[in-house]
Amino acid sequence: MSRGNGRRHARYVMVGNSAGAIGAIEAIRQVDTDGAIVVVSDEPYPAYSRPEISEYLAGRTTLERMLFRPPDFYERSGVEAILGVAASGLDVRERRLELADGSGITWDRLLLATGGRPTVPPIPGADREGIFTFTTLADAERIRAALLPGCRALVIGAGLIGLSLTHALVHLGVSVTMVELLDRPLANALDLKAARVVERKLREVGVELVFGQTVAEVLGRPENDRAVGGVRLQDGRQLPCDLLAIAIGVTPRADLATAAGLQVNRGIVVDRRMATSDPDVYACGDAAESFDFVHGAERVTPIWPNAYIGGRVAGFNMAGHETAHGGSTGMNALSYFGLAIVSAGLQEPGDEPGCEVLVSADGSAYRKVVLRGGRVAGLTFVSDIEKSGIVFGLMRDGVDVSDFKEALVAPDFGLASLPEALRRERLAVPLATGRAAGNKGDA
Amino acid sequence: MSSAAKGNGARPAIRRVYPLEDLCMGCGLCEVHCLVEHSQSRQLLRAYLQEQPTAVARIRVERQEDFFLPVQCRQCPEPICVYSCLTGALRRDPATGEVHVDAERCIGCWTCILACPYGAIRRDRERGVIAKCDLCPDRTVPACVVACPNEAISYIEELR
Repeated sequence: MSRGNGRRHARYVMVGNSAGAIGAIEAIRQVDTDGAIVVVSDEPYPAYSRPEISEYLAGRTTLERMLFRPPDFYERSGVEAILGVAASGLDVRERRLELADGSGITWDRLLLATGGRPTVPPIPGADREGIFTFTTLADAERIRAALLPGCRALVIGAGLIGLSLTHALVHLGVSVTMVELLDRPLANALDLKAARVVERKLREVGVELVFGQTVAEVLGRPENDRAVGGVRLQDGRQLPCDLLAIAIGVTPRADLATAAGLQVNRGIVVDRRMATSDPDVYACGDAAESFDFVHGAERVTPIWPNAYIGGRVAGFNMAGHETAHGGSTGMNALSYFGLAIVSAGLQEPGDEPGCEVLVSADGSAYRKVVLRGGRVAGLTFVSDIEKSGIVFGLMRDGVDVSDFKEALVAPDFGLASLPEALRRERLAVPLATGRAAGNKGDA
Repeated sequence: MSSAAKGNGARPAIRRVYPLEDLCMGCGLCEVHCLVEHSQSRQLLRAYLQEQPTAVARIRVERQEDFFLPVQCRQCPEPICVYSCLTGALRRDPATGEVHVDAERCIGCWTCILACPYGAIRRDRERGVIAKCDLCPDRTVPACVVACPNEAISYIEELR
């Protein structure tokens, strides 16, 4: 980066320092080892595994162990990291990013990997002390500092964030009540049957579940009205709590993009190259929309793998290496409370035309594949998850599975279940294998 | 940036293991020898009967009536498992092209299992981490290849 005359410039500037930015940096360094990269983040630490904040809160890991890349990653990758400084403004015409410390930096290519911010609905009384969100390490630290013996927690939202928080709190011996507007946990990620498995497990570990309700008002404590003492639900019921967490999802952090005049719908709009409406500005991750091949539309899918892969596609294009995103879709794996559940794509097709649902179950195992027009549009596997990736691969690649669809949910399903031509193509065994070494087709 | 990041210096051969489906008899010796190789004692009976936690084979023989297929990590050049890893435990070594897991960093979230198009990643339930083929770092030729009585698992070193 050049710093002459108080002017800073870098070939690549990343706003954000999580999965998306790291994906972009690693892609850029595959094709451009020299161009200056600057990363700007309001968080003061090197990139860490955000999903691990649950383990952190539970006291089972440390920041050092949560680092997403080795400590020397930035140095080795030739990246200048400006950490703990927020980006405060963006001028796409001047190619300039303003920082909260009053400085600025110009760029040739910019990546907006700003992530999401917790969605916090307006609830009367929600300005009291003892109310938290749970998406950052700082959130986990704040909650940890607020926990006292005998503490009762109430978590609004039984989605992925609520579940990860509850997992940590249960481990810490905190009694937890989850309040969820829908009739089951993880309604956006799982089908009904898998959601019931999670529900049973939550009850088994002592979590109180309140479905079909939301919090109408946050109440104070008798001795201190400024501190959270409980909530009043929509149906009038009052539930006591000492700690209240709002975990109903995240909203794209698109303010910089919006203020700069870039096209923004729910998230920052990007093309298949992850470029925004300005060809030199890219976006990815929870801040952006991306093509969902199951829904056939652009949507925000705020999950870690999509952020990394979107960042990777952006990085290649930023470095002039043309790459198109093949599309992504919601996919999740759950291991909380000893469960093993994976899901992707369409979970409950209802009476959507052209859909077919295949199911098998034995013991604790449950396998479900949703087909649409002969192709996999969704999957849910409980307990027997090790071959789910083969099904997800067929789904990602849009393979017509009509001829062997029943096998997809069979207990002995595997690559061996695929038609020979498809199997050989997917295994890509070099023709020379077993006869002579030296095939370079795989490199 | 450092020279290491630029990939200077001698590059090792790319090691690969391929299943030869026409030759596999489904005997499962590859699974046995993989498990023993990845056990603490590296002794068959101890590995199966005494060790806690129990070792996990990183190769799986698929068996369908009269058809058998030994499946292990393909060391993909574009490893979706690595791109999907929530913690950074899975990494692809740019010098060797091998995909390895750091068990210390793995939290057993199983996201990579959903991402792997080969179903080649296994759950090590006792340790709460994944188990995948590491190409037997202590051996010249991986244990499964050596153990196969019908040469149904092919080992190749590709020069680059």
